[in-house]
Amino acid sequence: MYAIEAKNLYKNYFSEKSGKFAGLGNSKTQYNTNLNSPSGDLGVGVSFEVNEGEIFGIIGPDGAGKTTLFRILTTLILADKGTATVNGFDVVNDYREIRKCVGYMPGRFSLYQDLTVEENLKFFATVFNTTVEENYELIKDIYQQIEPFKKRRAGKLSGGMKQKLALSCALIHKPTVLFLDEPTTGVDPVSRKEFWGMLKKLKAQGITILVSTPYMDEASLCDRIALIQQGRFLNIDTPQNIVNQYKNKLLAVRSKNMSKLLKDLRSNKLYENSFAFGDAHHLSVNSLEFAISSLEEYLLKCGHIDIQITEIQPTIEDCFMEISRDVARRV
Amino acid sequence: MKQLLSFIRKEFYHILRDKPTIMILLLMPVIQIILFGFALTTEVKDTRVAVLIPENDEATSRITERINASAYFDVVNIIHSNKEIQETFRDGNAKLVVSFESGFAAKLKHDGVAHIQLIADATDPNAANSFTFYMQNIITAYQQEIMGQFKNPYQITPEVKMLYNPQMISAFNFVPGVLGMILILICAMMTSIAIVREKEMGTMEILLVSPMKPIYTILSKITPYFVLSCINFTTIILLSVFVLKVPITGSFASLVVVSMLYIFVALALGLLISTFAQSQVAAMLISGMGLMIPVMLLSGMIFPIENMPWPLQWFSNIIPARWYISAVKLVMIQGLGFSAIIKEMAVLSFMALVLVAISMKKFKVRLE
Amino acid sequence: MDKVITASNLTKQFGHFTAVDNISFEVERGEIFGFLGANGAGKTTAMRMLSGLSKPTSGVGKVAGYDIHTQSELVKKNIGYMSQKFSLYDDLKVWENIELYAGIYGMNDREIKEKTDKLMHELNFERERDLLVGSLPLGFKQKLAFSVAIFHHPQVVFLDEPTGGVDPVTRRMFWELIYKAAEDGITIFVTTHYMDEAEYCNRVSIMVDGRIEALDSPMNLKKQYGAANMDEVFQKLARKSQRTE
Repeated sequence: MYAIEAKNLYKNYFSEKSGKFAGLGNSKTQYNTNLNSPSGDLGVGVSFEVNEGEIFGIIGPDGAGKTTLFRILTTLILADKGTATVNGFDVVNDYREIRKCVGYMPGRFSLYQDLTVEENLKFFATVFNTTVEENYELIKDIYQQIEPFKKRRAGKLSGGMKQKLALSCALIHKPTVLFLDEPTTGVDPVSRKEFWGMLKKLKAQGITILVSTPYMDEASLCDRIALIQQGRFLNIDTPQNIVNQYKNKLLAVRSKNMSKLLKDLRSNKLYENSFAFGDAHHLSVNSLEFAISSLEEYLLKCGHIDIQITEIQPTIEDCFMEISRDVARRV
Repeated sequence: MKQLLSFIRKEFYHILRDKPTIMILLLMPVIQIILFGFALTTEVKDTRVAVLIPENDEATSRITERINASAYFDVVNIIHSNKEIQETFRDGNAKLVVSFESGFAAKLKHDGVAHIQLIADATDPNAANSFTFYMQNIITAYQQEIMGQFKNPYQITPEVKMLYNPQMISAFNFVPGVLGMILILICAMMTSIAIVREKEMGTMEILLVSPMKPIYTILSKITPYFVLSCINFTTIILLSVFVLKVPITGSFASLVVVSMLYIFVALALGLLISTFAQSQVAAMLISGMGLMIPVMLLSGMIFPIENMPWPLQWFSNIIPARWYISAVKLVMIQGLGFSAIIKEMAVLSFMALVLVAISMKKFKVRLE
Repeated sequence: MDKVITASNLTKQFGHFTAVDNISFEVERGEIFGFLGANGAGKTTAMRMLSGLSKPTSGVGKVAGYDIHTQSELVKKNIGYMSQKFSLYDDLKVWENIELYAGIYGMNDREIKEKTDKLMHELNFERERDLLVGSLPLGFKQKLAFSVAIFHHPQVVFLDEPTGGVDPVTRRMFWELIYKAAEDGITIFVTTHYMDEAEYCNRVSIMVDGRIEALDSPMNLKKQYGAANMDEVFQKLARKSQRTE
């Protein structure tokens, strides 16, 4: 049995405020500049499965539909079409059962700002018909980091601390499936790394984790991931497989003047798939037709010095960009 | 200067593009002028009068005719015994009873003097003063007329008796009103805000995705405000009785019972508002404007209901405060007991049931 | 070398708590300066002081030639500001937002019209000109917000985590706008949690517990800390934090 199974989930919001369609599944959106779907595909929803004990990542930017998906799976909203089960229970008909055995951490770490750390934890424990002591072992590692502040009001904690508290509150009743909606957004890199360490430990205890994040570098920390954009899954697989599926050759190109380098690359039709990627520019090229030597020649002609061109393994971010580009081109 | 202008322009855009607000801002004054100009008035007009005529005779019929013909009064009933006077006031059928003495016309003819008693409901002392004054004028006018006709010095002396509030303390009239308003404001507004706050903070999501039954959430929100309202009720009553000297002449138990019922209705109202208010500010506005204004204007606490045009009278029937204030007046001021307020209790109970039923149905187990 | 921001011993205390502890640094004109640090390290407080929003407890600072303590109003006139939280008015149209902010910064009507036309063309926003900002996708909004922040061609623009949550392609397009602005002579002071973006900066400073623990170009920092990328540099430095907040 899958821990989570979704079949053809589709939800279409007409957002009054923004005047555009948003949601989950293939729908015609006004700003589908990248992803115009051919009309035959309209109305198809998303499908995927999560195995027990897996860390499954939903990777995609804001507005992609991550929160909508989470809310459907945690029984907070109803999908327009499609079905889903969590631990074998149907999200529509058996929602009460699901609500007893899942942990949920919505975006913005919803905590009671004017209750203390301790009070928040106790409250959520009673909401779930348990006590803090009963499952303390599970949250011990996490909670100990904020225990010195247990009398402080939740509103006065920093982002990293709130994150840990929210996670503790979501785990206090020993759920079998954990839903974490963007738990690392807006938190500094150090806390983010620590957080993922905690998730790995939870996985070791057999808890299934569905986590969403806009940070592509966190994708490699998951067992399997689904890349999502504008309500659709671009790909579902292990991070390594996705990387292996990268069709082209990926090069890291550097020179003394990075800003000029990018301009020069872009202005040449051969090298137009180049993007800034931190300390190097990534250039995606069709492996068969390409020669490093001609690139070097071109750059020298443009006046660059200290040129370095190396072939590299793509990251999830590279894959994401390639896939979304391809989908856009399919139109 | 230019900065100022661009900002002013921007503010206009915000206002104009927010349709609900604009409706309120432009419609409110219109509604208020119409209400105050036409509908709400403290003027004496069509005040309901009952006339006690022991036996019919020429004089009493004439005077009764005159009373009825006057724009100020409306004769609604002709009663024949003293017992019926109490009933009249208790049932709210009239605000004034004109009581002719036995053998009125005969006494007038033979003795030249006859007595009329004007018994007024002085719960609202200002109104009572007004209509007894007008009534006296009518009687005096009749007196002048027959004096002129028959060239005899006739004298009809009206004796004025103010019931229920002999000292004409205006507090009598507004204490029930204040009770009605404060209780509904606290219960409805605060309850709805408390529930919506949970939604706004995002913690409602977590509570929903948990085994906790939604009914517990509701109960936990309502209970503190119920307790607070009881405290407020006690405070207001204590202050009214000991500081303002408004007595509780009727059954204290009925007062408590009807107040509890009213608080319950107000809580249910707050619950209902929370099911469709999207933000705390919206909840506050809806409860504040949506409740306070109708309560102030249409519940009878300031403007007598009988003086309103019938569409508004009809509308005031659906305002819970109207029934509560009426019950409180009957108990506190007219000194009546449980049996007198059965109608009010029944209406309030019905309202409570309906509101609770609708709220429970609308209370979402899910986010949408 | 024209210094557009100078800070000497800037300190900010809230009661007993020292949020910013004696920081000193300089930023040159046209530089892209990255201002990094963990949450609670004092970044936001420092930025507030520099943008004239908050008065330092001690120390001096100058932005765009004006003293942040005594001439904060002049500082505000000469800078641009954009953050994730602060954005454009959703219920105003694209051009109305531009006009509003341009007006606040004292541009005259003709200038505004000319520049607006130019901007719409550059960003390829001509179709969207009359749309309410609330109806635009996040990526468009971010780009527009940045363009509005520099519309009056300030000497410095402060960017507070401008690319949070945006998709990878838009993120890069955003940085290309930043590059262009820097080339036009606008100094960029940016904070971010994306460590790869730190690499795009000319120099980066990392705050830990209210103090600046490192300040240099990304390349030098990596050499100094023996790190392969800025993420590693950050991890090494930030771990030293005592401030458990």
